[in-house]
Amino acid sequence: MSDHILTPLTALGKTTSTTDIIGGITLCENPNFAIASLAVRQGRGQDLQTLLTPVLDGELPGPGRAVLSESATAIWTGNGQWFLMAPLSEHPDYAAEIKDLVKDTASVTEQTDGWVIFDLTGDDLVPMLERLCNLNSKALAAGHATRCLIEHLGCLIICRESGRNFTILGPRSSASSLHHTLVTAAHSVA
Amino acid sequence: MSQRNRLEGGLIERRRPLSFSFDGKSYTGYAGDTLASALLANDVRLMGRSFKYHRPRGVFSAGSEEPNALVELRSGARREPNSRATVTELYDGLKAESQNKFPSLRFDVLAINDALSSFLSAGFYYKTFMWPSAFWEKVYEPAIRRAAGLGRLSGEEDTDTYDKGFLHCDLLIIGAGPSGLAAALTAGRAGADVILADEDFLMGGRLLAEKDLLSVRQGSDWTADVIGELSNLPNVRLMTRTTVFGQYDHGIFGAVERVLDHVLEPQPHKPRQVLWRIHAKRALLTAGATERPIAFENNDRPGIMLAGAMRAYANRWAVTASKDVVIFTNNDDGHRTARDLSANGVNIAALVDCRTNAPTWKEFEVFSGGEIINSRGRLGLRSVKVRLQDGSVKEIACGALGLAGGWNPNVHLTCHKRGRPVWNKAISAFIPAPDGDPLLRVAGAAAGIFSTRGALKSGAEKAIDALEDLDISAHMPDLPEAEDAPINAAPFWYVKGGKGRAWLDLQNDVTVKDIKLAHQEGFKSVEHVKRYTTLGMATDQGKTANIGALAVLADLDGKAIPDVGTTIFRPPYTPVSIGAFAGRSRGKEFRPYRLTPSHKWAEEQGAIFVEAGNWLRAQWFPIEGETHWRQSVDREVLAVRKSGGVCDVTTLGKIDVQGADAAEFLNHIYSNGFAKLPVGKTRYGLMLREDGLAMDDGTAARLAEDHFVVTTTTANAVSVFRHMEFCRQCLWPGLDVQLISTTEAWAQFAVAGPNARKLLQKIVDPAYDISNEAFPYMACGEVTICGGLRARLFRISFSGELAYEIAVPTRYGDALIRRLMEAGREFDAIPYGTEALGVLRIEKGHAAGNELNGQSTAAMLGMGRMVSQKKDSIGRVLAGRPHLIREDDYRLVGLTPVSADSTILAGAHLMNIGEIASAANDQGWVTSTAYSPHIGSSIGLAFLKKGDQRHGDVIRIVNPLDDGDIEATVTGPHFIDPEGERLRV
Repeated sequence: MSDHILTPLTALGKTTSTTDIIGGITLCENPNFAIASLAVRQGRGQDLQTLLTPVLDGELPGPGRAVLSESATAIWTGNGQWFLMAPLSEHPDYAAEIKDLVKDTASVTEQTDGWVIFDLTGDDLVPMLERLCNLNSKALAAGHATRCLIEHLGCLIICRESGRNFTILGPRSSASSLHHTLVTAAHSVA
Repeated sequence: MSQRNRLEGGLIERRRPLSFSFDGKSYTGYAGDTLASALLANDVRLMGRSFKYHRPRGVFSAGSEEPNALVELRSGARREPNSRATVTELYDGLKAESQNKFPSLRFDVLAINDALSSFLSAGFYYKTFMWPSAFWEKVYEPAIRRAAGLGRLSGEEDTDTYDKGFLHCDLLIIGAGPSGLAAALTAGRAGADVILADEDFLMGGRLLAEKDLLSVRQGSDWTADVIGELSNLPNVRLMTRTTVFGQYDHGIFGAVERVLDHVLEPQPHKPRQVLWRIHAKRALLTAGATERPIAFENNDRPGIMLAGAMRAYANRWAVTASKDVVIFTNNDDGHRTARDLSANGVNIAALVDCRTNAPTWKEFEVFSGGEIINSRGRLGLRSVKVRLQDGSVKEIACGALGLAGGWNPNVHLTCHKRGRPVWNKAISAFIPAPDGDPLLRVAGAAAGIFSTRGALKSGAEKAIDALEDLDISAHMPDLPEAEDAPINAAPFWYVKGGKGRAWLDLQNDVTVKDIKLAHQEGFKSVEHVKRYTTLGMATDQGKTANIGALAVLADLDGKAIPDVGTTIFRPPYTPVSIGAFAGRSRGKEFRPYRLTPSHKWAEEQGAIFVEAGNWLRAQWFPIEGETHWRQSVDREVLAVRKSGGVCDVTTLGKIDVQGADAAEFLNHIYSNGFAKLPVGKTRYGLMLREDGLAMDDGTAARLAEDHFVVTTTTANAVSVFRHMEFCRQCLWPGLDVQLISTTEAWAQFAVAGPNARKLLQKIVDPAYDISNEAFPYMACGEVTICGGLRARLFRISFSGELAYEIAVPTRYGDALIRRLMEAGREFDAIPYGTEALGVLRIEKGHAAGNELNGQSTAAMLGMGRMVSQKKDSIGRVLAGRPHLIREDDYRLVGLTPVSADSTILAGAHLMNIGEIASAANDQGWVTSTAYSPHIGSSIGLAFLKKGDQRHGDVIRIVNPLDDGDIEATVTGPHFIDPEGERLRV
């Protein structure tokens, strides 16, 4: 961990994360996620899986799924592609860490700063999600994860608990627009 | 006593009186009323004026098909014109105004149009206002526009909130009448994921409007039981106040839910309406049927309405339009209305049945074989004239007339995907083509099954059938015994004879005469008649008009109705607010925007921003005393050339390219060679399209043997990435290469100017030597800055000066720009925006979007030799087409005006001196221009024929748009440092 002099800002341009509590819905920007993208190299799928099994306590997820293990979250993002996520404070150079682990079985790219992450919790988030993305949100169960469009923005959504706990990743440069959309939708149903 | 037309019974809540106003006058109604039923209860029959003739009009229907009773709801910015009173749910404090009248509804001066009706016949606007032609734009059109239309928009921004969303289900049931409820019960009990939508605020459809449809109990009780059961099923979603207005491809339906239209004012942030996109695996249309009128002379007076609507008003809303009613029918259903009204204490002055064998009743007189031939009453019906079977004529006093011409199935949604309905002779109506759409089944009255028993049964059966497709087993529920009367109707569309006008389309004022005139003038096709007469083109889409017009056309042509054909129904089924379509996307949230990492800091500096795609980029940074953008931009440009400046270039696309074959991949993507680019070096690259024309340019930096970072222009970031993905997946799937965008992940700043290195040496940690020797022009590498932060450094230049681009993880972008400006203070370094960036690149002669416009070849850009012939790359072969490499083609040149105070305009064309300025003599065009503080004049880049051979020539720059014609000297495209020495110091 370096001790450089630069102070980071969250995707919403603040020094601390922003939380909105709207009715029974809590929307919290989560800047403490390190993200590394993983793309398997040709013919190395099994080798990659072997190297990652200890981290994920199992297999890399398939389409539409995420693995939510103790040490990392893995999301399927495309054919032979995944996002791995872990707490940033514990993994300040996560991509390098993962690259050391997977070696030449996969290409690894740092994605930590490419995304804004919102944690969404509440007793019934389905009415809000219905207003956001074209997913059958009532059918999403823990461990489901998929790409989706939210107000023209290519996002990723992870279901941690059906109807009650979701993580939404959106493009960082549009964090303010995405935040506005989420807050508006929350007000609409709260 | 108010509400003098209120009857006993009904489904209104008499313990909840509501007050409302119409045209400023206060009335009361009850919860459960519509505006129309409440007005009728208060003996208000006159509710509007017609579109063209300004004829007095009253309510005609009891549903969404209403053509007449259109009002303006609410006031100020929330005013909503053309609202149908028949579907406007009454609430306390509702304010409605009639429309299309001046000065008042009762006395409207434009009713003069009615007297001038012979001048306003079908197609009148094609025939009149022809002379003098100069009058069209200045006089006629403004006058017509003022007179046209019904309601008025407020002209203010809509202050209401709208939302939109997405729903998914196994079975979408459209309409909650008997068949819809039976279907929902069947599918709901089977465990299917069901949405039952109805436009009404109560579910039940005709079960609410009729008596004795179900034998054991009142229809409304069974309805309540079913809705009670459905609302307890977690797999069923009941959506009242929801109109499914359109069917689209792949089982997608559009619906609008009027969430809070029934309250005085929605709470803050709560949407008035929600637009839903419903993805249904299967759908069932149970939208019922619309009654059709019978046309006769002066059949449009307030008080004349559909007989089924009269029955609905009496049974559901306990209202009659008048205490003295006449019914005109061609079928048994008209008799049902007369009997229900009579049972409610309304005097049926007569029932006129065009059939000669009409049933008779002891409660009222029936005129078999009779026809109503005219009516009287200026602002409301006073009497009707009946021609009896024996030919004699009898005038009967009445305040309301019910018209029962049979029913048309509501086939609209089955036509949205181009389905054509078929004629059913038994009911003299169009029904959906059987098995017309595997995704959308039709049941009940919408399928032409008019008996209640048939509707219930067909609803359940079709639900079972639809769920079978989805492997969901469903069973027929117990259905109540229900009315099963046969259809007994004689087709009868309009009363022949008579000299006056008989209305077909009440909303657009189209009469039988208009159809005849159109036909006489050669408009035989139903589609042509529609457009010539405007029949069916009003907001009600002619729901009560179309079939009558088809019948008139059929008579004129001597054809049967099905041989005349139908026009196409299109979405929306009923009008939808534009606000609902916009949803949350309004004002500055019309689309998402993208902010650069330095946005917050730039705002603090007072930067002026410009939209670049979705990005907001700082365009220039004005300082105190600067009053014109040129002052700021000139200062920024000169400061960069003199010492140094910093610009946020995060918006440039960044694509991470990795894999064992990454170099080979780029070698195919770029026209110039990349295979041998050493690690730690960056190279400028030109991408061609397959057709050989330039696609994009940028740089690729090799960070490791198997790792490159490609940069693209801001505008082409997405398209280049898409192109590369296509190549990876489809053209060369055998290559080991992986791509991902990292545009957002890195904050990147250009640091340019003679002092750029000195400035960066204060930032980059001392362990990294960035001297000219250790880190020469086009070097790249990973460094740390500010005491250990990971960063990437590229020695590349867009400005033509000694320059670098430095990238850090985006969250540090704000801190870095602040640190850079602080470190640059001793060098007088300034921030510069996109405008200065543009000037700098034009001075340097770098191509950008204006030059890479999709029509440029590498040769035109002066990069012909970059297209390597030693390897294969996209576009190489077709770039060699003879006409793309001919010597006399356009070449990029620079232009400086002969007279330094002249301004060169982009887009102007180049002509030779002494030649006529014409397309034939065109020599090329100006692509980019700027004022160059370095040159001290306007400069330009241009594509000029044989431009590379004409340096030093003087040429004309012609701008025919404002008669501009100046002379300019042709130069090379590099206005500064053509040898590139500054880059390498």
